[in-house]
Amino acid sequence: MNFNNLNQLYRSVIMDHYKTPRNKGVIDDGTMTVDMNNPTCGDAIRLTLDVQGEIVEDAKFDGEGCSISLASASMMTEAIKGKSIGHALEMSEEFSKMMLGEDYDISEEDGDIEALSGVSQFPARIKCATLTWKALEKGVKESGQ
Amino acid sequence: MDINAIRKDFPILNQKVHGNPLIYLDTSATSQSPVQVTDAMSEYYNEYNSNVHRGVHTLGTKATDGYEQARMKVRSFINAKRYEEIIFTRGTTAAINLVARSFGDVNISEGDEIVVTEMEHHANIVPWQELAKRKNAKLVFIPLEEDGTIKLENVEAVMTDKTKIVAVTHVSNVLGTINDIKSIAEIAHKHDAYITVDGAQSVPHMSVDVQDLDVDFYAFSGHKMLGPTGIGVLYGKAEILDKMEPIEYGGDMIDFVDLRESTWTDLPVKFEAGTPMIAEAIGLSAAIDYINEVGADEILSYEQELVKYAYDKMSEIEGIEIYGPTEERAGLITFNLDGVHPHDLATALDSDGVAVRAGHHCAQPLMKFLGVSSTARASFYLYNTKDEIDFFIDSLKRTKEFFTHEF
Repeated sequence: MNFNNLNQLYRSVIMDHYKTPRNKGVIDDGTMTVDMNNPTCGDAIRLTLDVQGEIVEDAKFDGEGCSISLASASMMTEAIKGKSIGHALEMSEEFSKMMLGEDYDISEEDGDIEALSGVSQFPARIKCATLTWKALEKGVKESGQ
Repeated sequence: MDINAIRKDFPILNQKVHGNPLIYLDTSATSQSPVQVTDAMSEYYNEYNSNVHRGVHTLGTKATDGYEQARMKVRSFINAKRYEEIIFTRGTTAAINLVARSFGDVNISEGDEIVVTEMEHHANIVPWQELAKRKNAKLVFIPLEEDGTIKLENVEAVMTDKTKIVAVTHVSNVLGTINDIKSIAEIAHKHDAYITVDGAQSVPHMSVDVQDLDVDFYAFSGHKMLGPTGIGVLYGKAEILDKMEPIEYGGDMIDFVDLRESTWTDLPVKFEAGTPMIAEAIGLSAAIDYINEVGADEILSYEQELVKYAYDKMSEIEGIEIYGPTEERAGLITFNLDGVHPHDLATALDSDGVAVRAGHHCAQPLMKFLGVSSTARASFYLYNTKDEIDFFIDSLKRTKEFFTHEF
């Protein structure tokens, strides 16, 4: 039995976000809605943002997925709230680096997202963790914000 | 069947994954190959690698013999009447696409109906969707029973005088349902429709006799039957294939080539433009030899024993949901464990060395029918053992505990 490895991946903060997701739902009058799915596994999330000026005033996610993808979405919505779109995109870039096992710059201000660093040891699951960030990037690109 | 001797033929099984012996339960996605298959392929590359159907040198003749003998072996394996009825393709997907393009485009007109089921793999839905779009034809679905089986009266019920093609899988890659192809073919023919069958999950695990089933087309893949990837087979009745036009043009498939006009050679090479998958055909041939040596019926009954053993043990796990029929199922079990997403489940099992599939299994419409976004699947073959299943069950139980305890 080698479930020690698993404890690195499924840290309690991740399972907490999975079981008690923050910002779950849809912002009815949001300024940005984006649907993203992972065609290889069937995970699908909808991300809605309310962006005023440059600032993400509110962020919610909805959808179906594994613990990693949903916890990541929960963490991301928490992390980007109150931040500028530019900052959110920088976080996304740093998050990708973390997934690839490269040096990254993520601070405590960015909330719990660093807890997902262990995912880099599980290559098959990286796409689960980045799904929500890809949705954010797609949304920004499409809305031209 | 000597399971210990068989396992020795599969060196890949003798390894550790995350410190535990590998338990490979993902045969429905791709099967493992015995050394007899990989040896045959390396022998080809090391001793007579050469192009086929051209040139007169010794290696070329030997390669051509190997390639064409593979075709004859496939012919007798599925009891096709003639060797010209065996077309080598890249796999099941390419075979079905060939039928949809070449046969479909000529025989389907506006308003015609193509009958499929909700249990199809994407390979046996999307080509028909696209054909229907090209021709303004209609896709009609045979409704499924709650346990994922098809009732013949429901097949009969969807048939109309507009039905031109019935496309159905022999064995469901998710539910394990074994469809009564012989009866479905009879219904299709009664209505002057053609039947094309996805045999990717059946040919590796049971004796298939295309003449007895009386199917018009039948497709399957090498890599699910102990053979290599990159090769599959399209069987078609010669009188139908004869009238069909190729969908790929180029070397090998021509008869005469003029500056502005060309004519095609005869079956089966008419449909095999370009240099074919020679090593892969030779590997497939060796895989068929292996199956024949063990005995297709022996393999089937051993697999049935394994799947029953696993099914009974899995059913006892609290909070498990198993999809598909309880009786008469092929050697795979698709399931969900309450409170554990299939992806998390597969990661946990993998850390125990157990390889299962998680996801939608290329069957999104079926996932919708089941009301889930994804599932986990364990599938079995002649090289699996009851001991492996015991460990798998134990790992499942520990996984459930891991994810449902308080973090």
